[in-house]
Amino acid sequence: MRAFLEVNGLTKRFGSAVAVDQVSLTMTRGEILALLGPSGSGKTTTLRLLAGFEAPDSGSVAVDGLDVTRQPPVARRFGMVFQHYALFPHLDVGQNVAFGLESTGVKGTQLRQRVARALELVELAGFERRRVAHLSGGQQQRVALARAIAPEPRVLLLDEPLSNLDPVLRERTRRELYDLIHHIGITTVLVTHEQEEAFDLGDRVAVLRDGRLEQVGTPDELYARPANSFVAGFVGRASVLGGVVLEQGRSGTRVRVEGVEWGIATDGVGQRTLVTGQAIRVLVRPEALWMARPEPGTLGATVRERRFAGATSLFLVETDLGSILEVSGSGVAVKIGERVGLVPSRRAGAASGIHLFPVDVVT
Amino acid sequence: MSRPRLRGTLTAVALLAIISWLVVYPLALVLLESVHTSRGWTLEYVRQFVGRSTEWRALWGSCWIAIASVGLSALIGVPLAVLVTRYEFPGRQALTGILALPAVLPPLVGVVAFLFLYGESGFLARTVQALLRLDAEPWRLEGAAAILLVHAYSMYVYFYLFTRAGLVSLDGSMLEAAASLGAGRWRTVRRIVLPALRPALAGGALLTAMTALASFSAPYVFGGGFRVMTTQIVSTRLNGETSLAMVETVSLTLLALLALLVFRGAERELGGSKGTPPAPTPIRRRWARRLLTLAAWSIAAVLLLPHLTLLVVSFVPVGTWTTEAIPPAWTLRNYATLVQDPVRVKPLLNSLWLASAATAAAVAISLLAGILVVRRRVPGRGALEALLALPWAVPGTVFAIAIATAFSVHAPLAGRIVLVGTVWILPLAYLVRNLPLTSRATLAGFRALDPSLDEAAASLGAGRWRTLWAVTVPLLRPSLVAGATLAFATALGDFVTSIVLYTYDTRPISLEILSSLRQADVGVAAAYGVVLMAVSATVFAVGGTRSGGGIG
Repeated sequence: MRAFLEVNGLTKRFGSAVAVDQVSLTMTRGEILALLGPSGSGKTTTLRLLAGFEAPDSGSVAVDGLDVTRQPPVARRFGMVFQHYALFPHLDVGQNVAFGLESTGVKGTQLRQRVARALELVELAGFERRRVAHLSGGQQQRVALARAIAPEPRVLLLDEPLSNLDPVLRERTRRELYDLIHHIGITTVLVTHEQEEAFDLGDRVAVLRDGRLEQVGTPDELYARPANSFVAGFVGRASVLGGVVLEQGRSGTRVRVEGVEWGIATDGVGQRTLVTGQAIRVLVRPEALWMARPEPGTLGATVRERRFAGATSLFLVETDLGSILEVSGSGVAVKIGERVGLVPSRRAGAASGIHLFPVDVVT
Repeated sequence: MSRPRLRGTLTAVALLAIISWLVVYPLALVLLESVHTSRGWTLEYVRQFVGRSTEWRALWGSCWIAIASVGLSALIGVPLAVLVTRYEFPGRQALTGILALPAVLPPLVGVVAFLFLYGESGFLARTVQALLRLDAEPWRLEGAAAILLVHAYSMYVYFYLFTRAGLVSLDGSMLEAAASLGAGRWRTVRRIVLPALRPALAGGALLTAMTALASFSAPYVFGGGFRVMTTQIVSTRLNGETSLAMVETVSLTLLALLALLVFRGAERELGGSKGTPPAPTPIRRRWARRLLTLAAWSIAAVLLLPHLTLLVVSFVPVGTWTTEAIPPAWTLRNYATLVQDPVRVKPLLNSLWLASAATAAAVAISLLAGILVVRRRVPGRGALEALLALPWAVPGTVFAIAIATAFSVHAPLAGRIVLVGTVWILPLAYLVRNLPLTSRATLAGFRALDPSLDEAAASLGAGRWRTLWAVTVPLLRPSLVAGATLAFATALGDFVTSIVLYTYDTRPISLEILSSLRQADVGVAAAYGVVLMAVSATVFAVGGTRSGGGIG
């Protein structure tokens, strides 16, 4: 499909600090992209560059084949939902939603109808005369959304749209937000620092670190084939062990980890460049290891802690060399202090849950 | 450089130039003319200044009057603030407001009211004379003591307001923490409350010191033979010794800057814990509560008495009130004169339009400055903000002299045009004096405004002007109104600048009050005073509801 939003080599410096470094992205019409990264990774700056609130030092933004890099925010027709909503406190709900429509010259009955329709979409029908200050946090969030989508923008930008809601409300609102965006089919870029949110809302997820784009892909791709140890560690839980490459085959790699040998199926981009004898970092997902009897050939460890996380328990185990690992074990009857032998899980198919990265990539 | 950024920078440069021309340039000319005359550079006048004992006496007078005013005002204002914030008694709320009243009354009105109450032919003197059957008035209200009395009376309000604000923002749990750590009442006050109040007290002291240094009305009316620098400057200038007046003006400016330096250091905020203020303590013993209530209201009565006297005098026919304690006859004639006699109406209308024009211009400039300094963050924003605040630190007399100097010469290439003697000189002078008031409020308002509101408007397709009128200005309204109110009331009652710069056609109320007094038209003078008070109070009341209503 043809690209609708094209970002090319976008770079922004604040003084000597590079906030956004050569970020390039393309999105198809109606796609939802989540920008995921820790605080300070440049994701909000990227969003503000898209909106036009910041001018890039280099690079370009194009919509539908037209360069908008030099256009002021007013001219871009990008809708934005701000982190703290930025609702106009001196206007009521209806006037807030009407604000953008009035800019495009919508008047009278048509204006009223379109305001009503936008409020209906966010399930706030009849809220026109309410004061913004009298709304709950969830309602304010929805008014902000209605205000942004009412003028039918070309792109919708969401800055941490759920971060100001309490955890219970957040889960429900996330679902509603997803349904709404899909329903109106608008191209959407959202910023979040929560992996779960990004995976749940984004058709694709772009992981940012220090202003650089580390990897873009569907949630499944990111989880199963992380490009580097940062992405692997940032999406989902993972523990890290030191290791060395014994043999690099076509279908997989043999490695030695703390004295035992493991065969790892080929997955990530990083793994293919490994060579025999190379020191590596081994990232292990909790579900990638079994806790078996402590027999020779298994990685000997002691169970230190047990954490309940719903149906599956998470165990903290300490290897004989002192590394701490998280291992999930549903229905496994191990006790605190018990000795176990860790082996790679057989269930691991394409996603073995164990990722190998050269040491020098890791910072 | 992008186009909007370039435009912002150019606007900033233009604004900076205009403000410099209005604020810095006149002051620089004063400095220049104190050492430079038509015959070239000279230190002759500096030598004259240093050589005359009267100059040193006036400088020293300004100095110690300012220090004593700070002390006396603190002595009255701080206990009153503690009283209304820490103790619960009947009428506490009402008293809290009444005590702040002098802040909104023009200084000259206060001085005249004082004259009517405590002056040698005032209400109190007459009562004492009648009671003791004295042949002559029991006292004369003159000299340093009289000035100090007026200052203490009108300037306690700064300490009162600052201390009250400081006490209200005090974290109550801090006091509880101190108590739980075994600190007694005095140790808590000494180690916790006073350090926390230090910025507030320094703020009050700074404002009092600056106001006392710049005070003109009180020394002018009550000074008699006792001179402070402000009155000295005006009289030297009247004597035609212009260059010497310039040297005096420079000396007063330096004194004001010195005071600013001394107090600024102590004003820094401590930061730290923010919590709910300690609740006022109800007083349990009934006799103590009654005593406290009585004392509190007596103080309020004493503080309000001068203004009440003014109100009474405005309703008394001239010459009928001689030795009686209560006036024997009442009339509305004084007010009728104000509206019927065209010569009497003129000053009222003058003051209203002069103050309105100056305030509107000051608000417009402050709004533009707010956009440039806070929103656009243009280069040179620090300088712009400092220039806008500068007139606050410079005594009104100094500015009046400076503006009179700069705009009495026709030299367009040097940025000087003749405005003295035209109707434009007073609005210009008021504007300069208003800038710190409006810009301080407006910039604070801008800083408290979430910048993403502007961005939200832009993302919704609103251009610069629509964003300004539909979003920024409505949201800034409380700050704009607060600044405008203060500026308008100050300009309306201005005496210091007006006395140097007025022309007969533009004479404002304050000068008409003075000339009525001189012509023994006491009733009319009082009526003017009451009108001035009423307009100021109304503006504040309306401004208060306007800025308080709507958004929180």
